[in-house]
Amino acid sequence: MDDDSDWLELSREVLSQLPSKPEIRTATSGKRALAMLDAEPFRLLICDLKMPRIDGLQVLAIVRRRFPELRTVVLSGLEDEEFRSRAYALGVDLFWLKNEMQRNTLMYLECIESLLGRDNEGGFRGIQSKSLMDIIQMECLSRSSTVLRITRGTLVTKIWIQDGELIDAEAEGARGEVAFRRILAWRSGTFENLPAEPNRERTITKPINALLLESAQAMDENADITDPKSAEQNAHRKIVWKLSLLARAGAEFVVAVPPEGQVEVEALGTQNVESQANWTRRAAEIVKRLGDRIQAGPVSHLTAHNLERQLLVLPRENKTFLVGWAPDADGALLEKSKKLVDSWNS
Amino acid sequence: MEFIKKLFRSRALVHQLPSGSLTVNRHGAVITSTITSAYPADLLREIGREVLLLFREARTSQMPLAEVTIHFASLRITARELRGGAIIFLFPQTAYSPTPAAPRL
Repeated sequence: MDDDSDWLELSREVLSQLPSKPEIRTATSGKRALAMLDAEPFRLLICDLKMPRIDGLQVLAIVRRRFPELRTVVLSGLEDEEFRSRAYALGVDLFWLKNEMQRNTLMYLECIESLLGRDNEGGFRGIQSKSLMDIIQMECLSRSSTVLRITRGTLVTKIWIQDGELIDAEAEGARGEVAFRRILAWRSGTFENLPAEPNRERTITKPINALLLESAQAMDENADITDPKSAEQNAHRKIVWKLSLLARAGAEFVVAVPPEGQVEVEALGTQNVESQANWTRRAAEIVKRLGDRIQAGPVSHLTAHNLERQLLVLPRENKTFLVGWAPDADGALLEKSKKLVDSWNS
Repeated sequence: MEFIKKLFRSRALVHQLPSGSLTVNRHGAVITSTITSAYPADLLREIGREVLLLFREARTSQMPLAEVTIHFASLRITARELRGGAIIFLFPQTAYSPTPAAPRL
């Protein structure tokens, strides 16, 4: 969808080179595009932002509500970072600048082909307000192969992940571990998943947990306590530190649940924070009541499992912790969990 | 004699920790039990009810569980979910009755 018909023709030509040879329809206005979407099913919508009458962002908002399954790509000439953020907030799958697409057509086509392939696999979209560490960790834990392109203002960096292992990073002219540490220092930005590059030369050999730990330590050493932004930086460092603990222990997630009505639940590595916190709280109440009733003494801990994971509930003085492990994780999981929780709580 | 009876009656009731297994149906009724009949039936029912509640709360929170083990200072309770009911194993944790280690966690 674009109001420039010449651009639409060019796009059609470019997209006709896609290996899957999809059927391509074009629309020169938002209204026309929405009518077409209503009339028949589509797999992907590529749209411009700056349009007369109904602009691209409005179209995207309507599409997200009425066609939640439809993949969406923004192809715009607007270089303002705010539009990129707003588009991602609306749940678009990719944001490309027109000149960037012309410069790197092959990559653009790979991204589109990858998106067309993904609509059969399902999955959820719309990660917002997650730290870069959360995102990298999710990719590594799920053993993904992808390239993360991270944008902050005019700065663009990339992180290559292959089979859940960090293999390369590029930032501000640097490569490898140095680049990765620089990217970690960023506290905001937007990210995109690009297709994996399995032939990318490996420059990072250290495991992700070791790098996280080193980065957290480096940030601690470089902290300037006189900086007025130090509170925000401290919070960021704390998250990095806790993520490094989680990664080092090998656990899937940790949820720290305070007594009801007190400070917020703290969690890393999981998206189901509320339901897991509710169960943890209820489980702690139930076992305490049962222990009192049958005079079995205080609760040391509770373990549980299903096909997806192993869980461990550890009551501590001020909080109850829920630690999740992979179903095949073995070794001294209780000891590892205790160590993790004590470090977390310290 | 009456005096002695009164003295004993006033003592707090202390039960030996239960050892064995029981099965409870989805309504919390005890179906079978290998636990000594000296152990109060109402406490046994309570164990069953609380264990079922743990499984039910997990289901409500969209994280259904197959097995739960509660480690108290002096008792370990392992429960396996059985179509809404549960089979529950009780292992007292005393120096005189070492119990097999849990196969997982």
